[in-house]
Amino acid sequence: MRKPFTIRFLSAMPRSGWIAMAVFAAVTLVVMPALHLFAPADSAFYVSNYVITLGGKLMCYAIVAVAMDLIWGYAGILSLGHGVFFALGGYAFGMYLMREIGTDGSYHSTLPDFMVFLDWKELPWYWLGTDSIMWSLLLVLAVPALVAYVFGYFAFRSRIKGVYFSIITQALTFAAMLLFFRNETGFGGNNGFTDFKRILGYDITSPEMRATLFALSALALMLTLLLGRYLVTSKFGRILTAIRDAESRVMFIGYNPLHYKLFVWTLSAMLCAIAGALYVPQVGIINPGEMSPANSIEIAIWVAVGGRGTLIGPVIGAAIVNLAKSYFTVAFPEYWLFFLGALFVGVTLWLPQGVVGLWQRIRTARAA
Amino acid sequence: MSVEQLQQSPAWDDGAPGLGHVLTPGLDISHKVILYLEDISVSFDGFKALNKLSLAIDAGELRCIIGPNGAGKTTMMDVITGKTRPDSGTCFFGQTIDLTRMSEPEIAHAGIGRKFQKPTVFENHSVFVNLELAMRTDKRARTSLFARLDDDGRDRIADTLKLIRLDHEAGRLAGLLSHGQKQWLEIGMLLMQEPKLLLLDEPVAGMTDDETERTGELFKSLAGKHSLVVVEHDMAFIEQLGGKVTVLHEGSVLAEGDLATVQNDHRVIEVYLGR
Amino acid sequence: MKRILIPLLFWFCALPAVAALDPALIGQLAAEESDDKIAAIQQLGASADRDAVKVLKALANDELYVGGDRIFLMEDDKAVDAASGEAIEPAPESYESITINNRIRAELTNAIASLRLLNPDREVRLTAARELQTNAGMEMAPILAQALARETDPEIKKLLKLAHALANLGNAEADARLAAVEALADNATPNTRNLLLPLLDPKIEADERVRNAAKSSLRVIESRLAIGESIGQVFSGLSLGSILLLAALGLAITYGVMGVINMAHGELLMVGAYATYFMQGLFRTYLPGYLDWYVLAAIPAAFMAAALVGVVLERSVIRWLYGRPLETLLATWGLSLILIQAARVLFGAQNVEVANPAWMSGGVEPMAGLVLPWNRIVIIGFTLFVLGLVWVLMQKTRLGMFVRAVTQNRAMAGCVGVPTARIDTLAFGLGAGIAGLGGVALSQIANVGPDMGQGYIVDSFMVVVLGGVGQLAGAVWAALGLGVVTKFLEGWAGAVIAKIVVLVFIIVFIQKRPQGLFALKGRFVES
Repeated sequence: MRKPFTIRFLSAMPRSGWIAMAVFAAVTLVVMPALHLFAPADSAFYVSNYVITLGGKLMCYAIVAVAMDLIWGYAGILSLGHGVFFALGGYAFGMYLMREIGTDGSYHSTLPDFMVFLDWKELPWYWLGTDSIMWSLLLVLAVPALVAYVFGYFAFRSRIKGVYFSIITQALTFAAMLLFFRNETGFGGNNGFTDFKRILGYDITSPEMRATLFALSALALMLTLLLGRYLVTSKFGRILTAIRDAESRVMFIGYNPLHYKLFVWTLSAMLCAIAGALYVPQVGIINPGEMSPANSIEIAIWVAVGGRGTLIGPVIGAAIVNLAKSYFTVAFPEYWLFFLGALFVGVTLWLPQGVVGLWQRIRTARAA
Repeated sequence: MSVEQLQQSPAWDDGAPGLGHVLTPGLDISHKVILYLEDISVSFDGFKALNKLSLAIDAGELRCIIGPNGAGKTTMMDVITGKTRPDSGTCFFGQTIDLTRMSEPEIAHAGIGRKFQKPTVFENHSVFVNLELAMRTDKRARTSLFARLDDDGRDRIADTLKLIRLDHEAGRLAGLLSHGQKQWLEIGMLLMQEPKLLLLDEPVAGMTDDETERTGELFKSLAGKHSLVVVEHDMAFIEQLGGKVTVLHEGSVLAEGDLATVQNDHRVIEVYLGR
Repeated sequence: MKRILIPLLFWFCALPAVAALDPALIGQLAAEESDDKIAAIQQLGASADRDAVKVLKALANDELYVGGDRIFLMEDDKAVDAASGEAIEPAPESYESITINNRIRAELTNAIASLRLLNPDREVRLTAARELQTNAGMEMAPILAQALARETDPEIKKLLKLAHALANLGNAEADARLAAVEALADNATPNTRNLLLPLLDPKIEADERVRNAAKSSLRVIESRLAIGESIGQVFSGLSLGSILLLAALGLAITYGVMGVINMAHGELLMVGAYATYFMQGLFRTYLPGYLDWYVLAAIPAAFMAAALVGVVLERSVIRWLYGRPLETLLATWGLSLILIQAARVLFGAQNVEVANPAWMSGGVEPMAGLVLPWNRIVIIGFTLFVLGLVWVLMQKTRLGMFVRAVTQNRAMAGCVGVPTARIDTLAFGLGAGIAGLGGVALSQIANVGPDMGQGYIVDSFMVVVLGGVGQLAGAVWAALGLGVVTKFLEGWAGAVIAKIVVLVFIIVFIQKRPQGLFALKGRFVES
């Protein structure tokens, strides 16, 4: 007898997972936003702007980390260019944010400031329709998906894998960064997009908007985790790991790895794009720096620190590394790179399964 | 479940639903030949791995292929399964299916299964999942997203587990199996695919004598319903199988016939023992 | 008047120059009006009198003085009359130098050049003729014709012909202009092109024959200029390619031997560059007399420094990650971050200054408008030298044989007694050392700073991929090809687009030939 799809989806995760998810939902969807909005600013329970923005940022990073885990941890494909999808999502939504500024920019023009500065008289064609939030959201999903699909199709079809694939993805994000640095590309060059004013007419810096974006990020993270969980426990997920471990065997029993890789690769890119679109209004800026190879490779270390192939590990890893970054870059800015470098080396040498693996090892050691 | 029962499992129906996304013409074995290689040549940097190799396997036949190292045995399997494209020559599956134009998964769908020289199983999956993934079904990505193992499939896996004597290891990770067990698992995966033609590259390497004999029994029982091509060095095993033997040397067929004839062929003796 | 003067001039020149200059002309040099001064200068220039050079040079240097009705210059602290050449005793008490403006200065340059054209010293005439290649005005035509008639040296004659043609472009006679335009086809410079271009316009050039001649001369010039430009681009492409090659050679060795990409490879270039900087500092402090040769001392120093860092990296980290290539990418990236930050702490975050030694500055000009800088020529030569060294090392030594053996089949090499672990370390040190040499070269043409190596890992990897792993010849072709193609694309579409196009090309290329240009084929390659 076939079980209904919803039941199957629910059974993809153990009860403890659902409980943890419910607690997380309660905290991020209700408690934190409520404390931010309604607790008095001098109260001990007040959640400040800084905390709510940092939390939102961390959850966006966590989505990226989970997306990375899907392709690296499960399918064994290490992308060193995931920043490009994150940034594309951010830029796509940023276009809408720029249009929402309306005539409130420095030049009081309907065109974004940087276009006035470049003496452009009208919007380039690819900006058409970006004043509609729906069209922008569609672009957020469609553009990175298309880029990922086309790139992935050619790369996977010719069976580029391992180190080759990693370096080529790095080249991809590097090329994209150069492209976006040019003023003529039409995305603000060096400075990118900033000085956003509002979303759907509401002030972007208002506590209500912050709380909403925070909650949306949390929701997106949870959905990403659920989707990832379903995917890796499905037959599709088992085939992915099989491709990772013995691709030729998978082919000789009749699966075409191209389609499997392409699906998870494109999905991963889209998840990154969603994270990027949520990230940009919260930090208030997007520029080509997001596409720098260094940023993309850092995503991999979040996943490695947390533990590959665990879904929850990357969330933890993204939080640990980024909290450490927030701390270090303020307290000891000159040591941050030493720390990050040591983290890359140390985790690959001594913690190949990340903190989740460590936790499991400790638990089994205690049990024994 | 016995070998006989296995043979009675749903036979290959041409154009059966769930064949997968690869639309291939049905297998036509009206001329009795299931695999037909003609003038296949493959060269790597000037070295001729296969040199105008011609070979025909009849439907239901059990063929053994022997030959010294570098004779081109594995390369021949690579050509048949689509891993290597021949420089020239034709390779037909039945009368109509041109294997040189197909990818590995398409060839697998068409009904050719292959066992590698080095046993290749999914080490991070359980024995059960290994068999589940190999099972003949719709193998498109979008189907796999929502696929669910039904009771029928479960039964077939259980039967195969018994046949390959791994029913007590079903939940174990395949990576933890012994070498011989991995060989059996791979053969089990092959059977789950329900191929028309099985290519077996040194299937009994690393097996105990007892296991080897059981493998021989299994292969003999499969012949008839399936066609088998077995590459082996183990002469006792080949003798046990008792099929026609083809000797490869320097990329082409040196001799063909039953084992005794081949063993007495002076050219074969020359190749194996030197002048 | 000039036409009358020319035969007279010939006559004058035949005589030994004893005569003094015309005092009236000299007097006119001090005239109020610039036009008067210019007329005098032009006449003096056309006089072919050697003494006139002295006077005009003094005028150009603001050293021609007027005082007490006399015009004089100072020689050995004595006042000398400009016209007669006699000493003036006593020197006038109050005097001032004759002021000139830029227009006059330009005239002076021409006049002096024309006088020098008649100098008996060949070198002087040659230099003068060269100087006139771009700026011979119409007024120079007579003197050029005269010089041309007297000149016997073929090289100078050729230059004079071109200058004469240039000067004749403004001639009132259409035939003279026609001859000039035709002769100018041999003078392929952007300047000539700019002079000829207006002649295509009927409003400026009335004679149709001249217009047509200008058209065909322009065609010749354009094509020669294009050739020059192409040669220039090929050269800068080769220069870029040789840097790429130095960066990629080391990577090709380590990737070939160990199958891992060292993401800190670019930072080994940086180590080499800083070693060069360090050497420069040492020489500046302790051997200032030999400062020009610090680069030679930097070569072994950079090799050793980078090799040492490489060996340390291999022993401490990379060794433990064999068989895990993706993790090695991450770990070596971490190492690169540490190296960058270490350079910042040691040498500061700013770029440091590494100067070209004197013998590497300047350049050669094999044809008009094409300058090949010495530093780039030296780098191309240096790359050839390193390449030869690596080739000998790989093909002729035991170490090289072992390295090749491990590259082809690690397990088999181990079985026949090759100490694979030691070979790994040595090969890694060698690759790192070569990167260090690349750093020496890079320091001579690019900024030296902590981040300088960052951009090179992708480029070097592209070279390795294009060339095929473990293929020295492949790496050479790939690096040079990539360099030249990049430079041509840059000229055509700008640097950013060029970069993108190259990256896209390589992605497409890997589709077609995943094993590189010079592929090893076979059953074992994939695994």
